[in-house]
Amino acid sequence: MSLDFFVSHYNYWVVIFLMMVGFYILISRGNLIKKIVGLNVFQTSVFMLYISMGKITGGTPPILVGDGHGGEAMEHVVYSNPLPHVLILTAIVVGIATTSVGLALAVRIKEAYGTLEEDEINRIEALVEASE
Amino acid sequence: MREEIIVRVGAKILTPFIIMFALYVHFHGDYSPGGGFQAGVILTAAFALLALVYGLAAVQRVLPPWFTRLCAALGVVIYGGVGVVTMLLGHNYLGYDALAQDPKYGQHYGILLVELGVLVTVFGVMASVFYLFAGRGRSES
Amino acid sequence: MSIVVDIVLLTLLAVAGIALLRIRNLFAVVMLAGIYSLLSAGLFTVMDAVDVAFTEAAVGAGISTVLFLGALALAGHHENRPGHTPLLPLIVVSVTGLALVYGTIDMPGFGGADNPVHHHVADHYLEESPNEIDIPNVVTAVLASYRGYDTWGEVTVVFAAAVGVMLLLMGGRRSRAAAGDHGQAGADGQADGAGHR
Repeated sequence: MSLDFFVSHYNYWVVIFLMMVGFYILISRGNLIKKIVGLNVFQTSVFMLYISMGKITGGTPPILVGDGHGGEAMEHVVYSNPLPHVLILTAIVVGIATTSVGLALAVRIKEAYGTLEEDEINRIEALVEASE
Repeated sequence: MREEIIVRVGAKILTPFIIMFALYVHFHGDYSPGGGFQAGVILTAAFALLALVYGLAAVQRVLPPWFTRLCAALGVVIYGGVGVVTMLLGHNYLGYDALAQDPKYGQHYGILLVELGVLVTVFGVMASVFYLFAGRGRSES
Repeated sequence: MSIVVDIVLLTLLAVAGIALLRIRNLFAVVMLAGIYSLLSAGLFTVMDAVDVAFTEAAVGAGISTVLFLGALALAGHHENRPGHTPLLPLIVVSVTGLALVYGTIDMPGFGGADNPVHHHVADHYLEESPNEIDIPNVVTAVLASYRGYDTWGEVTVVFAAAVGVMLLLMGGRRSRAAAGDHGQAGADGQADGAGHR
């Protein structure tokens, strides 16, 4: 495995590592707010994957140089791919909106059960079912 | 934090600049990074700062919760309304070419209006959600 | 040079991810999540996605932290030690991760100008948007005009999320305060939930 290959794939591997960290928090932790943080980590890693794909080495941000109507300045500029940027920009705002729904659910669960830990909620549920 | 004079004065001085910056980000979004999404969030941040320093009640006198809820719905109506208007003018839904004689100007107007809808919705949604989280439990205790 | 910054930022992000996993005080976790967002905003800037970096810095490090703190103030900030052994989650995560890494071997390298992603519609956006839309920021042009339907959908989703939060949190919790008794939290909770709807 050459150094070149390592450098050109390092982004993807770290993204996968972060994705798995988020996934691990999501499935191994019992606290509901911690789970939402894990989901956010997972989500951000997907954003990074998309943005990594859009990058071109030596490129500039996709904001057109000069007046945008050709000319010599434009011939020598390489722009990174704007499409992933658009997709992720909206995804971030939708992400915070859905996160706030998750947090609202967590607050309601805390008020109803007095705890945010998954196993305690299950225990209370089992008790309620047994008493019925 | 209500008694910290530096924080209070600092927040008061910063707020207009944050709001100005949000508007700059919005209206300059055609030429530099920015746009309705970012501007809406920054605008909310200005009011969140005030609420953290001066308390929620003081901010809700300036920006009542019904108004933020109205904003959240109004932005969606603006965005969808632009689409309906372009359709009535005989183009496709959200085909901004219809909005002016020169298609390029039509595109400029369309983008400006649509981004305005995004700004209003994002601001309304974020501020409403912030109010709900910050206000819950305080009114009863 | 930028590839060095890129690698350093990615490594810091990995470290922040591990720390997020291990810390059990949720206030610290939320602060660290803000730092994580800010680091990823820096990474987005290095990777030329200035609009995305801007949004991530404003949303991830700003509003998201405030909302998390608001939720923690209502829901308490201590996390219990996980009760069961982490063996099964670890196996699941390792297998999934290895499968994904195996998938990346065939992917084109980072930053190549002739990668397939760059040659479908992106060319059209970059070359034609000066003639068709005539604003310099291509991201805004694509967001609001070429993909206007897409953004319209996103705005609706954001609005729907706000409606969801309002339905969940606008009820108040008087019935629980009236019931009062913490010993029967479970039974109270169910009555509570039914009462609000």
